[in-house]
Amino acid sequence: MQENAFLFQQLVNRDFTQRYKRTVLGIAWSVLSPMFQLLVMMIVFSRLFGRGMEHYVIYLFSGNIAFNYFSESTTSGMQSLMNNAGILSKINVPKYLFVLSQNVSALINYIITILLFFVFCLADGVKLTPAILTLWYPIVCFVIMNVGIGMVLSALFIFFRDIQYLYRIALTLISYLSVIFYTIDSFSPAAQRLFLLNPIYANIKFWRLVVLEQTVPSLSYHLLLAFYAVLFLGFGAFFYKKYNHRFVYYF
Amino acid sequence: MSAIECEDVSIRYITGDFKSIGLKEFVMRKLTHNFKVNEFWADRHVTFTIEPGDMLGIIGSNGAGKSTLLKAVAGIMIPTGGTIKVNGKVAALLELGSGFDPQMTVKENTYLRGAMLGYTKEFLDDKYGEIIAFAELEDFEGYMFKQLSSGMQSRLAFSIACLVDPDILILDEVLSVGDGAFRTKSGNKMKEILSGGTTGVLVSHSIEQVRELCNKILWLDHGHQIAFTEEVGLYCDAYEEFLITRELPAGDEDVRRLAENYFNRMKDERKRREQAEVERLQRVIEQGDSEEAVLAAIKVLQKSRPEALSAEYAG
Repeated sequence: MQENAFLFQQLVNRDFTQRYKRTVLGIAWSVLSPMFQLLVMMIVFSRLFGRGMEHYVIYLFSGNIAFNYFSESTTSGMQSLMNNAGILSKINVPKYLFVLSQNVSALINYIITILLFFVFCLADGVKLTPAILTLWYPIVCFVIMNVGIGMVLSALFIFFRDIQYLYRIALTLISYLSVIFYTIDSFSPAAQRLFLLNPIYANIKFWRLVVLEQTVPSLSYHLLLAFYAVLFLGFGAFFYKKYNHRFVYYF
Repeated sequence: MSAIECEDVSIRYITGDFKSIGLKEFVMRKLTHNFKVNEFWADRHVTFTIEPGDMLGIIGSNGAGKSTLLKAVAGIMIPTGGTIKVNGKVAALLELGSGFDPQMTVKENTYLRGAMLGYTKEFLDDKYGEIIAFAELEDFEGYMFKQLSSGMQSRLAFSIACLVDPDILILDEVLSVGDGAFRTKSGNKMKEILSGGTTGVLVSHSIEQVRELCNKILWLDHGHQIAFTEEVGLYCDAYEEFLITRELPAGDEDVRRLAENYFNRMKDERKRREQAEVERLQRVIEQGDSEEAVLAAIKVLQKSRPEALSAEYAG
């Protein structure tokens, strides 16, 4: 990994600048895009679901930024290998670097929106306690998990291009099941636990506990997030190791 | 310890399998009992060993499996059968244009491509000026890569690649791009690099280049190994004869025969050309104006009867 550090940095630079090339607003979109999304969702959903909830904006936003990072990093990761087929079929470069660099580009956007999130928290009068210092943990776990998912998807995409359509549908389903704009407090505790099978919701729940309820989540929450991270990264690494020498025949 | 050891290497492509033809085609073919997964062996049982400092020339007509073999040696492909052992740092230049991003500037692309070749940031900072100077692109550093002409793009690609200093260098026909001036420049530069003791593997359709640079030959045809030898001149002659007559040598005798045929063919060709030249000069004498005619006549005499001329003109 050390010897590839410079190449990796160059790839991240390329991928990140490519996103906003030729746009007028450029990197400002990293801030404007989530804000517009939030605005739209507020207008649509606050009447229906936000009644009686203090800080519905923050509730909504916390779900939104997590899901956006997940969707962006995994989708761009999925296409990363195929998009660089020209390079990979002619130059001997480690393949995982391409998925990773897409993830880092999405991560930069994620960090920007997190900063925006805290600005919103302060504006909305949410009390920010030292508990927010623990937020590095879900962020790291989330990144690791998304890298793993990206690796699996990118490999599948090479063999079966169909996966792009399937994944689009899957993302819609996951977004509805991630409890972004509605609450599940009226469900039974058992049912609420069921939602934790969705790793994106687990991450969002952690954030909401820390920011909205000012509590540090229990050890089991920490272990759950770590489990998801290790599970998907392990799966991704295994997939790659097993099949990566076949990719070149499909480029 | 040898630089590259290829032992019984075979590389296979599969076509017509489910993943590439899709569901509808798969069902159709199954129903009509036409479903067949085709195996295409790009290389079969290729075996050779080269030592550090050797320069291997791989020759063969199109579709011989040369580029596929190079990809396997470079580590981009894993052979289906056999083993490849490589000792030392490999730099493979399989295509000059790969790795560049059309939307990025020349400078950004230089760093990106350099990184892919394994250069460090310090190295690139240090050599950047040299790269641009060799490519003659001093005025174009800020331009986007797609705004350069294809000749400029090749020059930049080659210039970046020139600085690579590996133990083993693999070149897949990269010395035949660009205009005449560029080809001379790149050829000389490559010779400079290769004379420094680097082990090299060269694929080229230019037999003169192979004759000039290589000390070992690997001859492939449709995936099969025809020869691996140190007798560069002999086998190059036989190969050039093969290109004309399409007759593959089956053994040493055939090779010698082909080489001799080629030598004779070239001799006849030369004689024919000389004869044509003489006839042309004769025509000039008959039809041309006086001074031209005299000069032409002198030329003819120089060739056929030098003793008839005084020392000044005897050439």
